[in-house]
Amino acid sequence: MNKSIKELHELLINNEITSEELIKESLEKSEIVQEKYNAFVTICHDAKSSAITDELISGIPFGVKDNFSTKGVLSTGSSNTLNNYVPFFNATVIERLFNKGAVMVNKTVLDEFGMGGTGTTGHTGTVLNPWDKTRMCAGSSAGSACAVAAGVYPYALGSDTGDSIRKPAAYCGIVGYKPTYGMLSRYGLFPFASSMDHVGVLSRSVEDAAIVVDAMKGIDENDMTTWDSSHINLTESLTGDVKCKKLFYIKELCDINNYDNPSDELKLHLENFNKTLELCKDLGVEVKEESVDQKVLNAIDSVYVVLSCAEATSNMSNLTGIIFGPRGNSTNITEMMKEHRTKGFSPLIKRRFVIGSYVLQSENQDRYFKNAQKLRRLIVDIMKKFFKEYDGLILPVGTGPAKTLVGEADKLDNNTSALDEHLQIGNFGGFPSITIPNGFVNNLPVGVNITGNCYDDANVLNIAYALESKMSYKGQIAKEVK
Amino acid sequence: MKKQIAVIGLEMHCELKSNSKVFSGAKNSYSETPNVNISAIDMAFPGTLPVVNKKCIKDALKISLALNCKQPEYMYFDRKNYYYPDLPKGYQITQMDSPVGVDGKIEIEVNDKLVPIYIHDVHLEEDTASLDHYFDTSTIDYNRAGVPLLELVTEPCMHTAEEAVAFLEHIINVYKYLDVSDADTKKGQVRCDVNVSIMDEDSEDFGTKVEVKNVNSLGGVFNTINYEIKRQTELKEAGRYNEVEQETRRWDEETQSTIRMRSKVDAIDYKYFVEPNLPKFKISNEWLKEIKLEIPKLHLERKYNYINNYGLSSYDAGVLVKDKVISDYFEECIDLGIDAKTSANWITTQILGYINNNDINISDLYLTPKRLKDLTDSVNKGDISSKQAKEIFNKVIEEKKEVKDFITKDNAQISDRTELEIIIDEILSNNTSQIEEYKNGKTNLFDYFVGQVMKNTRGKANPVLTKEILTDRLNG
Repeated sequence: MNKSIKELHELLINNEITSEELIKESLEKSEIVQEKYNAFVTICHDAKSSAITDELISGIPFGVKDNFSTKGVLSTGSSNTLNNYVPFFNATVIERLFNKGAVMVNKTVLDEFGMGGTGTTGHTGTVLNPWDKTRMCAGSSAGSACAVAAGVYPYALGSDTGDSIRKPAAYCGIVGYKPTYGMLSRYGLFPFASSMDHVGVLSRSVEDAAIVVDAMKGIDENDMTTWDSSHINLTESLTGDVKCKKLFYIKELCDINNYDNPSDELKLHLENFNKTLELCKDLGVEVKEESVDQKVLNAIDSVYVVLSCAEATSNMSNLTGIIFGPRGNSTNITEMMKEHRTKGFSPLIKRRFVIGSYVLQSENQDRYFKNAQKLRRLIVDIMKKFFKEYDGLILPVGTGPAKTLVGEADKLDNNTSALDEHLQIGNFGGFPSITIPNGFVNNLPVGVNITGNCYDDANVLNIAYALESKMSYKGQIAKEVK
Repeated sequence: MKKQIAVIGLEMHCELKSNSKVFSGAKNSYSETPNVNISAIDMAFPGTLPVVNKKCIKDALKISLALNCKQPEYMYFDRKNYYYPDLPKGYQITQMDSPVGVDGKIEIEVNDKLVPIYIHDVHLEEDTASLDHYFDTSTIDYNRAGVPLLELVTEPCMHTAEEAVAFLEHIINVYKYLDVSDADTKKGQVRCDVNVSIMDEDSEDFGTKVEVKNVNSLGGVFNTINYEIKRQTELKEAGRYNEVEQETRRWDEETQSTIRMRSKVDAIDYKYFVEPNLPKFKISNEWLKEIKLEIPKLHLERKYNYINNYGLSSYDAGVLVKDKVISDYFEECIDLGIDAKTSANWITTQILGYINNNDINISDLYLTPKRLKDLTDSVNKGDISSKQAKEIFNKVIEEKKEVKDFITKDNAQISDRTELEIIIDEILSNNTSQIEEYKNGKTNLFDYFVGQVMKNTRGKANPVLTKEILTDRLNG
């Protein structure tokens, strides 16, 4: 189970292993990972093997973040508001994987409805980092990142509204890729902030990520924001030839002198990032430094908070306990809804709803919501301008390796640096964005991210693929260091 | 107190016709059985997404064009956020910023006078589920959730209940002519919010506006307006106008009065924002042109055309345009060359009588304009009498045959003078005693001779010619 999709496919085709054996192994590993790290909401003990076909993913197990609608399988969004919800339809991306013979073996824990970056707010408890149980996986795709890193299966589905695939991938030493907005259907993904929600994949290699997205992408008549990508084949685009490609990084984020009291981890992280830039140059990639107004960078997180909370408060208004989810205990319908929501949501989410409502109120809309929209547009325009000249933006993910769980409550008013939040740019613009592991700091994995222009997924992935081949972290499985 | 005038504005919601709902694939159809026309989207199951029905957009644009509104360059939708048990998503998808039409103007007829009505906007949205309240429970029927709804908002430009009802009738007819809605008030397809205020006749300042929500019949609108005008005027007369509050009321059928729901101070903040799941799209001029071509001439234009160019009475013209299929039938008759007045007579008497008695649609009537043309041609040629024509009218329909099948040599009217003279002379030679009596002054025997001729010819003798020959023979 620690192999790549192509390796597993070869074994399956040559009858050196069967789908049954893979699933059995995956389920057994699920039990262990659940015991150790609490990564799953549901383990599908009755998962059935499937026929091996030409499809690379046929017969191979995978995991699904629990905010995807899966027919007949509990889908909670890691929230008590849906703790008994068993959907009657599959999300489009799940349906497509099933049609190609992939086998779902578990549903993974997330921060409640994807609203969080720690993996600590799901209704089934905190997900621990498989490299170091005192640290978080980050979120919100915490369980998916944990399970892929721990070798439960080659890939798991995630969703990404701010950095929910790409941050946990970095903290768990694996690959996290969210394609251009609309390449993958969101039908069946429980919405958080629809204009920024992306479906994506967590895997242990760029090639596996490409294979899985190739299997899921394409127009979906149930999602009007999907676009025709039939001319794109990500897997075949991975040539490794990146000569004359151009990348840039943002000086304000990567210069250690820009931080007042940098931690040792941050220093090592940025040093490691510079080594990665050297590797890029070795590959023939031109790497340049660019500058972005610090004020704009500092505003990223506020823009994200305002817009995502506003959309979330509306998107989650369907959670009343009347049609689905545990019904509130009252004879009065308003009280019924109130009880469902008061009991069901964690304090963090309620806090975000309050923010969302506040910024949307007619007297506040211009000042907060509309201004945030303008800033979002401004940030996207700045990026688009860079993308005219460059193939992609390369930046370190976060301020170092996974953060410790103690005293790291996920609060919105944390004085987080722009370095921690820049991945949200990818959600503002719907840009294709991929994180790959690029080394270790204090024996814990760290990641690097490459983000490119919309519809340029093949190019972005190929650069990541080339860079991955220059390093030795492809396919790595988490080893508990603590 | 100075004379008061009322200022009235209407918000009219009308369900549109379509195969599927406006944002889901479920059937858009009225059903007595609850919760049969529903999909996962209509019940807001997590992860479902709206998909816009292009037909509904097209019909909304058609209405926008027909009401002389301005269309937006880009089409997009907004979310109106509020909690109510009949709103499963917790928000309604509607149009706030960029409605399908703004600044329209139309003319309607009120008591034979043309009155301009100004339209603030028309926008496309989705209907809510319907609630039924019982003694200790309420039930929710999602059949209606997501049914396309077109909301039309007028400027405060009307002054009487008659005007408001005439406007609603006019719009209902426009929608039917456009074939975008059945606009059936009995099925709850038309629902209105009525805004009423009063002001001094010579004043320029509007009075305090009261909104009456969910008035679901034309009669209700009429009564609501008159009730509010009376209530507000009486309070003003009593020097208690400050008690007229800017508030939302509802019309209560039972007590025939309006009842306070909430003050405007407690108005809900709907926290509108753009619906992110429906991408903005450009409305091309080509598409608008295409849609415009599909808009038929509307009833008022037709009515004046019939009066001014075909010489019909206002009443007849009014009857003909009341229903587009009738009007279309009439126009087809004209196109075939049937005289306008003749067509109008046939339609308003025989045809409407027949289809009403038999409860059928004119488009299903066997007697097509082409067959009516055969019939009127035969009358004009003198082949048959108008009395015969009426009989043949029924026979054609009942036996599903052609007009000519009933105009054989046998039953064709005898209009040949020589032929008729022979018949008449023979009758006269057999009735010599009656001739004698006639000549002696019993002139009412003339009708007896006519009767004999008709009897002899089985009613086929041309009556005018018969009388002419008889007069000639008897008086000669």
